[in-house]
Amino acid sequence: MKPYTMDFDVKARDFSSAGESSSKFRKTLLMLSIPSDIVRRASIAAYEAEMNIVIHSYGGKMHFEIYSDKIVIIADDTGPGIKDLELAMKEGYSTAPKEVIEMGFGAGMGLPNMKRNVDNMEVVNHDESGTKIVMTINF
Amino acid sequence: MKLEEVKEILNAEVLCGHDRLSEEVNTACGADLMSDVLASKDEKSLLLTGLTNVQVVRTAEVLGDIVCIVFVRGKKPGPEILKMADSASIVIMKTDYPLFIACGLLYKNGLDCGSEF
Repeated sequence: MKPYTMDFDVKARDFSSAGESSSKFRKTLLMLSIPSDIVRRASIAAYEAEMNIVIHSYGGKMHFEIYSDKIVIIADDTGPGIKDLELAMKEGYSTAPKEVIEMGFGAGMGLPNMKRNVDNMEVVNHDESGTKIVMTINF
Repeated sequence: MKLEEVKEILNAEVLCGHDRLSEEVNTACGADLMSDVLASKDEKSLLLTGLTNVQVVRTAEVLGDIVCIVFVRGKKPGPEILKMADSASIVIMKTDYPLFIACGLLYKNGLDCGSEF
Protein backbone atom coordinates (compact mmCIF):
# COMPACT_ATOMS: atom_id res chain seq x y z
CA MET A 1 0.00 0.00 0.00
CA LYS A 2 1.26 3.47 -0.87
CA PRO A 3 1.93 5.55 2.24
CA TYR A 4 0.49 8.99 2.93
CA THR A 5 3.50 11.29 2.70
CA MET A 6 4.29 14.80 3.89
CA ASP A 7 7.36 16.96 3.16
CA PHE A 8 8.53 20.18 4.79
CA ASP A 9 11.52 22.47 4.42
CA VAL A 10 13.09 23.40 7.76
CA LYS A 11 15.07 26.63 7.96
CA ALA A 12 18.18 26.97 10.11
CA ARG A 13 17.79 29.26 13.15
CA ASP A 14 14.19 30.17 12.36
CA PHE A 15 12.84 29.78 15.87
CA SER A 16 9.48 31.45 15.25
CA SER A 17 8.35 28.70 12.86
CA ALA A 18 10.41 25.89 14.40
CA GLY A 19 8.15 22.95 15.14
CA GLU A 20 5.50 23.85 12.57
CA SER A 21 6.07 20.75 10.45
CA SER A 22 5.89 18.46 13.50
CA SER A 23 2.69 20.20 14.54
CA LYS A 24 1.12 19.67 11.08
CA PHE A 25 2.34 16.06 11.10
CA ARG A 26 0.67 15.53 14.50
CA LYS A 27 -2.63 17.01 13.28
CA THR A 28 -2.56 14.65 10.30
CA LEU A 29 -1.94 11.62 12.56
CA LEU A 30 -4.92 12.63 14.70
CA MET A 31 -7.06 13.10 11.58
CA LEU A 32 -6.12 9.57 10.46
CA SER A 33 -7.24 8.21 13.87
CA ILE A 34 -3.80 6.85 14.76
CA PRO A 35 -3.75 5.65 18.45
CA SER A 36 -2.95 8.50 20.86
CA ASP A 37 0.18 6.92 22.40
CA ILE A 38 1.64 6.45 18.89
CA VAL A 39 0.75 10.06 18.02
CA ARG A 40 2.52 11.28 21.17
CA ARG A 41 5.71 9.28 20.52
CA ALA A 42 5.83 10.18 16.82
CA SER A 43 5.22 13.87 17.52
CA ILE A 44 7.97 14.05 20.17
CA ALA A 45 10.49 12.26 17.93
CA ALA A 46 9.61 14.50 14.96
CA TYR A 47 9.76 17.69 17.03
CA GLU A 48 13.17 16.84 18.54
CA ALA A 49 14.52 16.02 15.07
CA GLU A 50 13.08 19.23 13.62
CA MET A 51 14.54 21.31 16.46
CA ASN A 52 17.92 19.69 15.83
CA ILE A 53 17.79 20.84 12.19
CA VAL A 54 16.84 24.39 13.32
CA ILE A 55 19.50 24.54 16.04
CA HIS A 56 22.47 22.69 14.58
CA SER A 57 22.25 22.51 10.78
CA TYR A 58 22.45 24.76 7.72
CA GLY A 59 18.83 23.80 7.00
CA GLY A 60 17.08 20.65 5.89
CA LYS A 61 13.90 18.71 5.33
CA MET A 62 11.44 16.65 7.31
CA HIS A 63 9.78 13.77 5.45
CA PHE A 64 6.94 11.69 6.86
CA GLU A 65 5.46 8.40 5.61
CA ILE A 66 2.30 7.12 7.25
CA TYR A 67 1.44 3.47 6.52
CA SER A 68 -1.43 1.38 7.91
CA ASP A 69 0.95 -0.35 10.35
CA LYS A 70 3.92 1.99 10.78
CA ILE A 71 5.18 5.58 10.60
CA VAL A 72 8.52 6.55 9.09
CA ILE A 73 10.09 9.91 9.99
CA ILE A 74 13.13 11.11 8.05
CA ALA A 75 15.15 14.16 9.13
CA ASP A 76 17.65 15.14 6.47
CA ASP A 77 19.89 18.22 6.63
CA THR A 78 22.71 19.77 4.63
CA GLY A 79 25.44 19.79 7.26
CA PRO A 80 27.72 20.21 9.14
CA GLY A 81 27.10 16.69 10.46
CA ILE A 82 27.69 15.21 13.91
CA LYS A 83 31.38 14.94 14.81
CA ASP A 84 31.10 12.40 17.60
CA LEU A 85 27.88 10.42 17.29
CA GLU A 86 28.54 8.27 20.34
CA LEU A 87 28.86 11.38 22.53
CA ALA A 88 25.81 12.99 20.92
CA MET A 89 23.71 9.96 21.85
CA LYS A 90 24.59 10.43 25.53
CA GLU A 91 22.00 12.19 27.68
CA GLY A 92 23.19 15.62 28.73
CA TYR A 93 25.88 16.04 26.07
CA SER A 94 25.21 19.24 24.17
CA THR A 95 26.96 21.41 21.59
CA ALA A 96 24.12 23.95 21.47
CA PRO A 97 25.02 27.65 21.70
CA LYS A 98 24.03 29.72 24.76
CA GLU A 99 21.12 31.52 23.10
CA VAL A 100 19.51 28.18 22.22
CA ILE A 101 19.87 26.93 25.80
CA GLU A 102 18.23 30.17 27.00
CA MET A 103 15.23 29.26 24.81
CA GLY A 104 14.82 26.01 26.75
CA PHE A 105 16.52 23.71 24.26
CA GLY A 106 19.96 22.24 23.80
CA ALA A 107 19.96 20.25 27.03
CA GLY A 108 21.54 17.28 25.33
CA MET A 109 18.34 15.23 25.36
CA GLY A 110 17.36 15.43 21.69
CA LEU A 111 18.87 12.31 20.13
CA PRO A 112 18.37 10.10 23.24
CA ASN A 113 14.75 11.24 23.47
CA MET A 114 14.17 10.51 19.78
CA LYS A 115 15.59 7.01 20.23
CA ARG A 116 13.43 6.41 23.30
CA ASN A 117 10.22 7.25 21.45
CA VAL A 118 10.70 5.15 18.30
CA ASP A 119 11.06 1.41 17.61
CA ASN A 120 14.02 1.87 15.30
CA MET A 121 16.36 4.78 14.71
CA GLU A 122 19.14 4.74 12.17
CA VAL A 123 21.66 7.52 11.64
CA VAL A 124 22.20 6.93 7.93
CA ASN A 125 24.72 9.73 7.52
CA HIS A 126 26.44 12.17 9.87
CA ASP A 127 29.51 13.45 8.02
CA GLU A 128 30.02 17.10 7.06
CA SER A 129 27.72 16.76 4.02
CA GLY A 130 24.78 16.45 6.41
CA THR A 131 22.92 14.32 8.91
CA LYS A 132 20.19 11.92 7.87
CA ILE A 133 18.18 10.10 10.50
CA VAL A 134 15.46 7.53 9.73
CA MET A 135 13.04 6.62 12.52
CA THR A 136 10.29 4.01 12.46
CA ILE A 137 7.37 3.48 14.81
CA ASN A 138 5.35 0.27 14.38
CA PHE A 139 1.75 -0.21 15.50
CA MET B 1 -8.22 19.89 39.99
CA LYS B 2 -10.23 22.33 37.90
CA LEU B 3 -8.41 25.17 36.13
CA GLU B 4 -10.66 27.53 38.07
CA GLU B 5 -9.03 26.26 41.30
CA VAL B 6 -5.53 26.58 39.79
CA LYS B 7 -6.35 30.20 39.02
CA GLU B 8 -7.51 30.84 42.60
CA ILE B 9 -4.62 29.03 44.33
CA LEU B 10 -2.03 30.87 42.23
CA ASN B 11 -3.94 34.15 42.29
CA ALA B 12 -3.41 33.99 38.55
CA GLU B 13 -4.64 36.12 35.69
CA VAL B 14 -6.14 34.24 32.74
CA LEU B 15 -4.78 35.60 29.46
CA CYS B 16 -6.28 33.11 27.04
CA GLY B 17 -9.03 30.45 27.24
CA HIS B 18 -11.37 32.10 29.80
CA ASP B 19 -14.18 29.81 28.66
CA ARG B 20 -12.29 26.60 29.48
CA LEU B 21 -11.71 27.05 33.22
CA SER B 22 -14.04 24.15 34.05
CA GLU B 23 -11.51 21.72 32.49
CA GLU B 24 -9.72 19.31 34.84
CA VAL B 25 -5.95 18.87 35.19
CA ASN B 26 -4.60 15.72 36.85
CA THR B 27 -0.83 16.24 36.78
CA ALA B 28 1.61 19.12 36.47
CA CYS B 29 5.25 19.84 35.83
CA GLY B 30 7.42 22.87 36.41
CA ALA B 31 10.32 23.37 34.00
CA ASP B 32 12.35 25.96 32.15
CA LEU B 33 13.87 23.33 29.90
CA MET B 34 11.54 22.26 27.13
CA SER B 35 13.84 19.28 26.57
CA ASP B 36 12.89 18.06 30.06
CA VAL B 37 9.20 18.50 29.32
CA LEU B 38 9.60 16.49 26.10
CA ALA B 39 11.52 13.79 27.97
CA SER B 40 8.87 13.33 30.66
CA LYS B 41 7.47 9.84 30.46
CA ASP B 42 3.90 10.36 31.49
CA GLU B 43 1.25 12.78 30.37
CA LYS B 44 1.25 16.18 32.01
CA SER B 45 -1.75 18.43 31.79
CA LEU B 46 -0.41 21.63 33.37
CA LEU B 47 2.94 23.26 32.62
CA LEU B 48 4.45 25.92 34.87
CA THR B 49 7.40 27.80 33.40
CA GLY B 50 9.38 31.00 33.53
CA LEU B 51 10.19 30.85 29.82
CA THR B 52 8.10 33.09 27.59
CA ASN B 53 8.91 32.20 24.01
CA VAL B 54 6.77 30.59 21.31
CA GLN B 55 8.59 27.28 21.74
CA VAL B 56 6.82 26.79 25.09
CA VAL B 57 3.43 26.76 23.35
CA ARG B 58 4.82 24.71 20.46
CA THR B 59 6.15 22.10 22.90
CA ALA B 60 2.77 21.92 24.63
CA GLU B 61 1.03 21.66 21.26
CA VAL B 62 3.30 18.86 20.02
CA LEU B 63 2.91 16.87 23.26
CA GLY B 64 -0.83 17.29 22.93
CA ASP B 65 -1.64 16.56 26.57
CA ILE B 66 -0.93 19.97 28.11
CA VAL B 67 -4.19 21.90 28.51
CA CYS B 68 -2.82 24.90 30.39
CA ILE B 69 0.44 26.84 30.67
CA VAL B 70 1.10 29.05 33.70
CA PHE B 71 3.82 31.68 33.29
CA VAL B 72 5.42 32.39 36.67
CA ARG B 73 7.16 35.35 38.32
CA GLY B 74 4.77 37.85 36.70
CA LYS B 75 6.12 37.26 33.23
CA LYS B 76 3.71 38.31 30.52
CA PRO B 77 3.82 36.42 27.22
CA GLY B 78 3.64 38.39 23.96
CA PRO B 79 0.65 38.48 21.57
CA GLU B 80 2.24 35.89 19.25
CA ILE B 81 2.26 33.35 22.09
CA LEU B 82 -1.36 34.06 23.00
CA LYS B 83 -2.45 33.75 19.37
CA MET B 84 -0.68 30.41 19.01
CA ALA B 85 -2.14 29.15 22.31
CA ASP B 86 -5.63 30.20 21.27
CA SER B 87 -5.46 28.26 18.01
CA ALA B 88 -4.04 25.23 19.85
CA SER B 89 -6.83 25.46 22.50
CA ILE B 90 -4.35 25.89 25.35
CA VAL B 91 -5.31 27.99 28.37
CA ILE B 92 -2.72 30.60 29.37
CA MET B 93 -2.38 32.10 32.87
CA LYS B 94 0.20 34.23 34.61
CA THR B 95 1.03 34.40 38.30
CA ASP B 96 3.35 36.62 40.32
CA TYR B 97 4.61 33.64 42.35
CA PRO B 98 8.05 32.23 41.45
CA LEU B 99 8.23 28.71 39.98
CA PHE B 100 9.08 26.95 43.26
CA ILE B 101 6.24 28.54 45.23
CA ALA B 102 3.70 28.10 42.43
CA CYS B 103 4.52 24.38 42.14
CA GLY B 104 4.53 24.02 45.94
CA LEU B 105 1.10 25.63 46.33
CA LEU B 106 -0.48 23.34 43.72
CA TYR B 107 1.24 20.26 45.18
CA LYS B 108 0.06 21.16 48.68
CA ASN B 109 -3.46 21.43 47.35
CA GLY B 110 -3.39 17.93 45.88
CA LEU B 111 -2.02 18.28 42.35
CA ASP B 112 0.62 15.61 41.72
CA CYS B 113 3.32 15.06 39.12
CA GLY B 114 1.97 11.73 37.82
CA SER B 115 3.22 8.20 38.29
CA GLU B 116 6.77 8.63 37.02
CA PHE B 117 9.29 11.41 37.33
